[in-house]
Amino acid sequence: MKGRTISPGKVKGIALVSKDPIGFYGGIDIKTGIVIEKGHPLEGQNVKDKILVFPCGKGSTVGSYVIYGLQKNGVAPKGIINKETETIVATGVILAGIPCVDKIDIEQIKDGDMVVLNADNAIVEVAH
Amino acid sequence: MYLTKKEESILHGEQGEVPERMLRLLVQLGDIYGADKMIPVGSVQVAGVSYKSITDPGTEFLEDLAGKGAKVKVLTFLNPAGMDLENWETLKFPKEFAKNQLRIINAFKNMGIVITATCTPYLAGNLPRFREHIAWSESSAISFSNSVIGARTNREGGPSALAAGILGKTPNYGFHLWENRQPTIKVKIETNLTLDADFGALGYHVGKQVKNKIPYFTGITNADTDQLKALGAAMAASGAVALYHVEGLTPEADLVRKDNLENITVTKKELDEAYEKLNTGKEPDIVILGCPHASLREISAVAERLKGRKLRKPVWVCTSRMMKEAAERMGYSEIIENAGGHIVADTCMVVSPIEEMGYKTTGVNSGKAGNYLPGFCKQNVYFAHLEKLLEAVV
Repeated sequence: MKGRTISPGKVKGIALVSKDPIGFYGGIDIKTGIVIEKGHPLEGQNVKDKILVFPCGKGSTVGSYVIYGLQKNGVAPKGIINKETETIVATGVILAGIPCVDKIDIEQIKDGDMVVLNADNAIVEVAH
Repeated sequence: MYLTKKEESILHGEQGEVPERMLRLLVQLGDIYGADKMIPVGSVQVAGVSYKSITDPGTEFLEDLAGKGAKVKVLTFLNPAGMDLENWETLKFPKEFAKNQLRIINAFKNMGIVITATCTPYLAGNLPRFREHIAWSESSAISFSNSVIGARTNREGGPSALAAGILGKTPNYGFHLWENRQPTIKVKIETNLTLDADFGALGYHVGKQVKNKIPYFTGITNADTDQLKALGAAMAASGAVALYHVEGLTPEADLVRKDNLENITVTKKELDEAYEKLNTGKEPDIVILGCPHASLREISAVAERLKGRKLRKPVWVCTSRMMKEAAERMGYSEIIENAGGHIVADTCMVVSPIEEMGYKTTGVNSGKAGNYLPGFCKQNVYFAHLEKLLEAVV
């Protein structure tokens, strides 16, 4: 699948897919990478080293710092794939240097799929 | 994106490392979102101020910028900090936390940023005009300035707003363009909104439904700026709503296109369900009001109800330093303190470490606070209107 580059880089990893938007601030623990938002489909799961797939960001604009902090604390996702990346997530991944692509039909990606994310060329490959 | 000669020279590092890094971030964002050029901003508001939110990596990022001589070029205000910057000891904020919080404040001060620490800059001396381009990053203040004032800002992340302050510019895309301010969903309200908490509950529900769309509300016959503040804040927290229009009330509502929109309806049933979802606890250990920061009118409503009464549990009214000053002059502070409550400035329940201060269940009338407290402060929430909240603790 071809999308739009938000932040460059090439990574390969296991997809962690959320059908709901993610708010990084208040949604993910900056020290551990665990999803802490009550009732969120990913509650209790860890984003560390995953290819995190979700439709769009939501909630607080402090999310950019949370993404940056996750990276500095070594618990960030390896890459991010969105349907639509908004500024909060974009700012975070650019500062943190996390590869990120959007404009992807994320319904084609299932939880646990091996995903190759080539954000340099905005290409996502999924091995089912 | 078109860059002026001066902007090109900044990108080539001719004005030093800080402007180069900041412009690089903004140009990258501008390229992604199809900006044609950079435009000047009238003011900036920076989020990511509490040590609890940004922790060590964020603190080091800011100290690094300040240490390299970063200075803002336009009026720049701050979002709430993690504690009352003057009364933190009396209010029993942890010492270690305070030390780190003051490092952050110091870095901002060195950058020439006004140490205001409020999510309601428009009530504290940073008021944009209709159609003014600004770069703000507190989600509720973005919603208020876009929707209620008709100023123009994207949902800036903390660092991109800071970059806009340092450069005095922002990339021209998104909500800066009229085309992108058109509603994308119509929300019909078929119930009466009477209590303060109704607007928070409505916002919580609608934000979840519409995610990052632009709602056009019909059926809200009257709402003051406090109620619109509560509505917008809740929609920005449970969804990513940065702009909404209300028929007959907000300045762009008459100007936007409203044909052929998807419709949703909110009746008493959905509103009641929102109250139910927001309520995860029963007996509050503490009641915290002022999310977003209380206006003087909201503070006076609390004072009126606490006059001559004694509280069994603490009540905090969070507000800006400026509103606190006014509340002191009006005698509201004295009434609230005599009852055993506090007016807390510069901070709020969401960004302060309340879970470390021994509280388990917090009473709120804010849809935004109700949305964030369970995840970020490990709190159960007792969500109700002001009168009922105070009855639970006097």
